[in-house]
Amino acid sequence: MNVQQLVEVVEGTVLNPQVSLKHELKGGCGADLMSDVLASVKPDAVLLTGLCNIQVVRTAQMADVRAIVFVRGKKPPADTIALATQEGIPLITSPFGMFELCGRLYQAGLHSLEDPVSN
Amino acid sequence: MESLHELHGRRGRIITDQDAREISRVEELSYDLKISEVMTSNVKTVSPEMPMNTVLEILRVNRISGVPVLENDQLAGILSIEDLVRCMEKNELHLPVRQYMSQKIVSVNAYDPVVKAIETFSKERKGRLPVIDEAGKLVGIITKGDITRGILNALQRDYHEEELRRYRASHLFEDITSDRTSLILRYNIKARDYLNGGQASSHIKRALLRLGATPQLARQCGIAIYEAEMNLIIHTTNGGIIRVQIEPHRILMQTTDDGPGIEDVQKALTPGWSTASQEVRDMGFGAGMGLVNIQRCVDRMELESTPGKGTKLVMEIILRPEERFKETDDSESAP
Repeated sequence: MNVQQLVEVVEGTVLNPQVSLKHELKGGCGADLMSDVLASVKPDAVLLTGLCNIQVVRTAQMADVRAIVFVRGKKPPADTIALATQEGIPLITSPFGMFELCGRLYQAGLHSLEDPVSN
Repeated sequence: MESLHELHGRRGRIITDQDAREISRVEELSYDLKISEVMTSNVKTVSPEMPMNTVLEILRVNRISGVPVLENDQLAGILSIEDLVRCMEKNELHLPVRQYMSQKIVSVNAYDPVVKAIETFSKERKGRLPVIDEAGKLVGIITKGDITRGILNALQRDYHEEELRRYRASHLFEDITSDRTSLILRYNIKARDYLNGGQASSHIKRALLRLGATPQLARQCGIAIYEAEMNLIIHTTNGGIIRVQIEPHRILMQTTDDGPGIEDVQKALTPGWSTASQEVRDMGFGAGMGLVNIQRCVDRMELESTPGKGTKLVMEIILRPEERFKETDDSESAP
């Protein structure tokens, strides 16, 4: 699934449409703890989160996350969007909650890219 | 972008990651570029009443294989070299264009992305497509050659800078001969500067990629140094310094600060143990996983701290043979 297709599945709105949506996603993760993302996520994932600050984008950049979906219609502040645009990371806001989004994406064929802590 | 895949196939070599990245960039460009940016806008046109032998002359002199036919400024048809051949077979070059032009016009919009023209070309089997503006007025003509040229130009503009940087950087260790070459990057990190947190790490990751590090190595270093950078921002009194020493065979990263220091270093290394404020936790940090994360990313981590004096964190990654930065041949025997 690429980012464009993901936008349809989550019925989302792209907040920085100038960024390419062609990146292929290998799976996903859902987290509000950025250290969890840094610890567990494999490259080329989509990140579902309720956090809107600029560190979400930095975390995505470090962990090679290819797209960020904000749950429950949350919209990040302008500086978060500006950094994501500069780094080429698409930001998507979806009206659904984290649980619903994980379910939709899993059903659409996107699986977990999260590692257990012990690894 | 069928033709590009074919091109690679025909050259008979395996498509590398770099090629794949370029192909997908070409696809991106076909969405980004507008038809108006790649079309030929200085278009030769003919009128329906013009005799065919005049058109023959126009095509010959301008070395083109077709022209749009305009009537009262409106697009009335297209005349291609095939139409001309049919006309010559019948020996009717004295007849007007109207008799031979094709009236079934397939046009594209100037403001559409190039991919629209690519789709139309593959559907319609036409050699050229007239381009019209919002008002339906002819503004240009587009051929497959225009698209290739347009995309190549854009790619060149695009890549030139980053490639040049990568090229220059990736040969750094090869170009400089010494018994032991290392590159040192330093960053001053301010305490509580949450907005810029991660900027230094971002620069470090990019530098490593430009030097030729594998994506996995760059990611490993990026994650470790990002956690360490956030620790400086969150916990220190006066901020601190990041120092990254890059050598062909290893990467040594270090953060130092002048306080407050860690009371119990063993406790600080326990997963889940944290002294972070609610403010920091609300940002998604301070879950007590930072140092644990760093440990997982590096080969060696050392944490030294004296309460009231400061903290020093050392992180070392030994590069595997295939990850090493290329050196000059004669320095390979050096330790």
